[in-house]
Amino acid sequence: MKKDSLIIANKKFNSRLIVGTGKYKSMSECAKAIKLSEAEIVTVAVRRVNISDKSKPLLMDYIDPKKITYLPNTAGCFNSKEALRTLRLAREIGGWKLVKLEVLGDKKNLFPDMIETLKSTEVLAKEGFKVMVYCNDDPLMAKRLENSGADAIMPLAAPIGSGLGIQNKINIQIIRKQTKLPLIIDAGLGQASDATIAMELGCDGVLVNTAIAKAKKPFEMALAFKNAVISGRQSYKSGRIDKILMGNPSSPSKGII
Amino acid sequence: MKKIKKIKIKINGKIKSITQDSNLSIMLKNLKIPLNKVAIELNEEIIDKKKINKIKLNKNDKIEIVHFIGGG
Repeated sequence: MKKDSLIIANKKFNSRLIVGTGKYKSMSECAKAIKLSEAEIVTVAVRRVNISDKSKPLLMDYIDPKKITYLPNTAGCFNSKEALRTLRLAREIGGWKLVKLEVLGDKKNLFPDMIETLKSTEVLAKEGFKVMVYCNDDPLMAKRLENSGADAIMPLAAPIGSGLGIQNKINIQIIRKQTKLPLIIDAGLGQASDATIAMELGCDGVLVNTAIAKAKKPFEMALAFKNAVISGRQSYKSGRIDKILMGNPSSPSKGII
Repeated sequence: MKKIKKIKIKINGKIKSITQDSNLSIMLKNLKIPLNKVAIELNEEIIDKKKINKIKLNKNDKIEIVHFIGGG
């Protein structure tokens, strides 16, 4: 079978599953789940170093940034200024240019503030960042992000951490039709089949954190998501049959005794 | 004996007392900060890590030292 890589900002990845590194019980649990998921990109947050207690383990000691692509995010930022500051710092840590922009608008539902997101995308693209943008499942906004220099469109399936699965398949399909950019479902997936559905809608990948990290068995769920993404992609590429309202027998009607 | 003058600065939101002639490089070394794993801001401006030994610290300076942690 032909190799089917995910290409983001000219970089090739074999895996179409991106995983978050938050909410795990421990760093070692996080590292093992990532290994099992076979993800090649992981999202990470930028936070203050704890200067009074340095006994805490560092993420980089568990997940080698030379082997796994770190995707710094702006989680917790509620305006463009905070998001830009965070990503400029992230770049300074070690030259990271591929970033995930996420500007939230409401502390309860964690929906993105699309006006601030759009403003930030423009600035970041001009500064040479490769921006993967968390956004609403709004085709018009997705188009504007694309025109502003985004490198990947990442609409939510449902609110972050909600586990509700894809709520608006139609919009996701419309966004798929209109964009050649990588389309990645970010946030709101709850189980492996949600990832399959995303891939069958034609998405290029999915980003999952809570659904794996908070599953009763995170390692098994990491494997399940890996397989679900592969399965959904294969299904999409295979070209599904048309939907019809009536039955159509699978066995020939000729020769019935 | 000459008394060593101390100044107060803020690191990651916490007030810290340091000797007046201290520079950023010495301070980070004292805090055992792994430079290759962090980014540093001085008064909301990002600092080029290669130039930290040339940066003197002044009273009320605000320093932020950040790194990557788990996140979604």
